[in-house]
Amino acid sequence: MTQSVVVQVGQCGNQIGCRFWDLALREHAHVNKRGLYDEALSSFFRNLCNDTTGSKLCAQRILKQNICAVLTLTYLNPQAVLVDMEEGVVNEILQGPLREVFDSGQLLTDVSGSGNNWAVGHMTYGSAYREQIVDKLRKAAEHCDCLQCFFLIHSMGGGTGSGLGTRVLGLLEEEFPEVCRIVTSIYPSAEDDVITSPYNSVLAMSALTEHADCVLPVENQSLVDIVNKINRMSHSGKLGSVIKTDSTVISGQGGVSGAEKPFDAMNNIVANLLLNITSSARFEGSLNMDLNEIAMNLVPFPHLHYLVPSLTPLYPLADVSVPTRRLDQMFSDAFSKDHQLIRGNPKHSLYLACALMLRGNVQMSDLRRNIERLKLSLPFVSWNQEGWKTSLCSVPPVGHSQFLLALANNTCVKATFMELRERFTKLYRKKAHLHHYLHVEGMEQNTFSEAISSLSSLIEEYNHLDGTKGRVMPDAHRLSIAR
Amino acid sequence: MSVVTVQLGQCGNQVGHELFDIICSDAHEPQRKEYRSASCERFFHHTAHGDLEARAVLVDMESKVINRSMSKAAKSGRWRYGESSHFSQKQGSGNNWANGFCVHGPRHREAVEELVRREVERCDRLAGLMAMMSVAGGTGSGVGTYVTQCLREIYPKSFIVNHLTWPYGTGEVIVQNYNSVLSLAHLYQLSDAILVHENDTVHKICSQLLNLRDISFSDINSIIAQQLGGVLQPALTTDSYGVYSRNPLGELLSALTCHPEYKLLSVSTVPQMPSASVAYSTFSWPGMLKHLRQMLISNTKMEEGIDWQVRPPSGSERTRSVTGVGFNTSLANLLILRGKDVYSAETGGFEDPALYTSWLSPHTAFNLWKSPVPFKYEKSATLVSNSQALLRPLDNMVGKAWNMFASKAYVHQYIKFGFTEEDFLDSFTSLEQVISSYSQLC
Ligand SMILES: Nc1nc2c(ncn2[C@@H]2O[C@H](COP(=O)(O)OP(=O)(O)O)[C@@H](O)[C@H]2O)c(=O)[nH]1
Ligand SMILES: Nc1nc2c(ncn2[C@@H]2O[C@H](COP(=O)(O)OP(=O)(O)O)[C@@H](O)[C@H]2O)c(=O)[nH]1
Ligand SMILES: [Mg+2]
Repeated sequence: MTQSVVVQVGQCGNQIGCRFWDLALREHAHVNKRGLYDEALSSFFRNLCNDTTGSKLCAQRILKQNICAVLTLTYLNPQAVLVDMEEGVVNEILQGPLREVFDSGQLLTDVSGSGNNWAVGHMTYGSAYREQIVDKLRKAAEHCDCLQCFFLIHSMGGGTGSGLGTRVLGLLEEEFPEVCRIVTSIYPSAEDDVITSPYNSVLAMSALTEHADCVLPVENQSLVDIVNKINRMSHSGKLGSVIKTDSTVISGQGGVSGAEKPFDAMNNIVANLLLNITSSARFEGSLNMDLNEIAMNLVPFPHLHYLVPSLTPLYPLADVSVPTRRLDQMFSDAFSKDHQLIRGNPKHSLYLACALMLRGNVQMSDLRRNIERLKLSLPFVSWNQEGWKTSLCSVPPVGHSQFLLALANNTCVKATFMELRERFTKLYRKKAHLHHYLHVEGMEQNTFSEAISSLSSLIEEYNHLDGTKGRVMPDAHRLSIAR
Repeated sequence: MSVVTVQLGQCGNQVGHELFDIICSDAHEPQRKEYRSASCERFFHHTAHGDLEARAVLVDMESKVINRSMSKAAKSGRWRYGESSHFSQKQGSGNNWANGFCVHGPRHREAVEELVRREVERCDRLAGLMAMMSVAGGTGSGVGTYVTQCLREIYPKSFIVNHLTWPYGTGEVIVQNYNSVLSLAHLYQLSDAILVHENDTVHKICSQLLNLRDISFSDINSIIAQQLGGVLQPALTTDSYGVYSRNPLGELLSALTCHPEYKLLSVSTVPQMPSASVAYSTFSWPGMLKHLRQMLISNTKMEEGIDWQVRPPSGSERTRSVTGVGFNTSLANLLILRGKDVYSAETGGFEDPALYTSWLSPHTAFNLWKSPVPFKYEKSATLVSNSQALLRPLDNMVGKAWNMFASKAYVHQYIKFGFTEEDFLDSFTSLEQVISSYSQLC
């Protein structure tokens, strides 16, 4: 069994991370009824209890307590590094139910924040805390028997997650070149409070494009839309469309946290993305998918590693329809806009590759039937007409009998990036707020121009592939052999 | 003489387990003492306590599958794997042939070689080595190719055979065609013969002949093991004078006239049916062999949907070197009959010169082995064929990989581990050569 380390940076990163740990504990408590420290737990949690007979009891205690929401979590330690340049969020975690699972050595905070300025996070804090960050990362890595993956969680629009987060990404590449880097990035909506979010996002993008193995882009607007739809459905109270309250996606019920905070519903969705992407590496299944297989199968060109996530079912209804139809509906939904965590339209764009990660009661034959059915309506690039990667994990998420996470390498991300470029250009043309960035040590005018040209050439790469769509591409001429 | 098997990767370790299990249970049916001792000598050795231990080495870059195979074998109570005949790591090869071949293989070379050496030393006489793996993943394909290369160096004069599982057409691995091309191109230079099972074909046997609904790898593997067992288990060759052949791999290679350009072997068997139907079926050699022959010439890999229109070309067609539509030309065939009344079976249909290339006489091109010991069915026939049977799937695989390569898609993932674009090109070139050679058989 391999291990992963979660690195959560900034307000958003830590808030989502916190939801992730909560739900991960709930999931393991649910699956691991005997409460023994097992292989599945070992991929994200370290057992602090060394004594082997005792360790069984320890894990038992911690998982039981989690179920009952009794709040002493003493023996399991999440493999995580928490970084923020203000204290608020991390302090809240330390006062909340998860306080006992983290060790102070895993935390790094400052008091003054990054003022929503990428340059302050990346340059100022990046240089000041470089050693300390590397040290904490190394410590986390040392606790792992076989470290396979870093999961970085951050937002693009602020200063710490965006600036320092992408600095950390570079450090991960320098220090652990062989360990896979999967980044979950929260993109700001058009009405975002942070005026400088377009600058921050574009500056962060160029580091993501250069240094990540995979990026899972998530737009806050999509999360808002999904949460609103769920709320509408749960209030309409139509017969047969009663939302099950214990489903993982929409609620944290059964987790250790009690009251929900503003971003919680949105963050739960992102936490679920992370739970599901790692499920096949944690639990048994007839078709496993290791984390290093994700980039290998889904990233045909180094920069084109933005994978659009969709989750289904997002709107779990009480049992109304026949199981097979519901299962097939789940596959169809994975390719509709409503279930995607960014807003682009996948069917109007081009698929370069697609992974279907299934959990629960799903058979190989269900997979084959649905791929045959769906591929007719999905445009795939000419050289990857059969670009499907699949996995089956036998353990479903809490509250579901089946679940599907699709990761699509689809050119529809282009729309998100172009919109972002437009917002950037609007500010940049007026040189608005530029001085806040340029007086930061290490920043130069061309940091901006390089970032925007990196984004433009990324968009151009997607454009180029989009251009091949619908054209009949002849097979490449085969090598001929002298007879 | 004994065969040492090396199981590599998930598929190799799952299929290998199934193979030993079938061999062991076939050997332990009552009243086949002579057969049993021949079979056990070939595939197992006895421990100090008298237990049967497979002559096998298990290799994987993660431990889950090996652990499962070992404990399943031990639980059978009939045989097991050697306590320390396995090598595993913690992290798989991530579907990347180059990661397996350029990194994991060299890194663990010594450990694996040592395990094989120990197993070889346990044999009184070594008949050869067999490496089993899939070509689509990373460990079996990459590490498996590397290990085969090492074996070739250490045992330059021994027979080395590979058993390969080819992937489903649309599959579980997007880069499967690259991994397959790289494995096959390299193995073609190293191995004496390559025995192939295609997952699509076996899957169809499970659904159409065995009427299974939800088909698992374990169903598929039991068919593969049964067919492979039909080939590898003891039989009487033409000139063995009633004694089980003692040189299984050597005899196999010479029967199929394996040659540097022609070494792809396909396997088919009759009958295949649900266990429940066996008791109500009658088997006749003429009927079975008629079907098997038509399966051969029409290149149908199972006894269902056979095209009876396909005929061998007549003499004049052949001189103009136009082979009949859908006709599968053979270089050599080995027919293995097992069970009741084998000595009365009439196999003249396979000796027709029209089935073979003009440059080999049917006498050389066709071989027949027999054994009166029945396995699952009262009578069964296994055909191993060195023919054009694998040409189309091979051509498909190379074609799809080449299309991808023309766009340079995924190539960086291989370069990352020290493989180069030229290496890719070399592999494509050598497989195009194989395709060309087989296409020109007539
Ligand atoms: N989905 C989500 N977005 C958040 C959360 N907190 C902040 N954001 C978004 O993140 C951006 C601001 O970045 P933030 O993480 O607060 O700044 P930082 O602490 O400097 O990294 C804005 O686009 C916010 O809408 C959160 O908990 N969940
Ligand atoms: N027939 C069969 N094919 C398998 C089995 N397991 C995996 N495969 C096939 O093997 C390929 C994947 O390779 P795998 O052996 O899992 O990868 P590795 O462990 O890296 O060598 C795919 O084409 C699968 O269809 C199995 O038990 N039986
Ligand atoms: Mg595998």
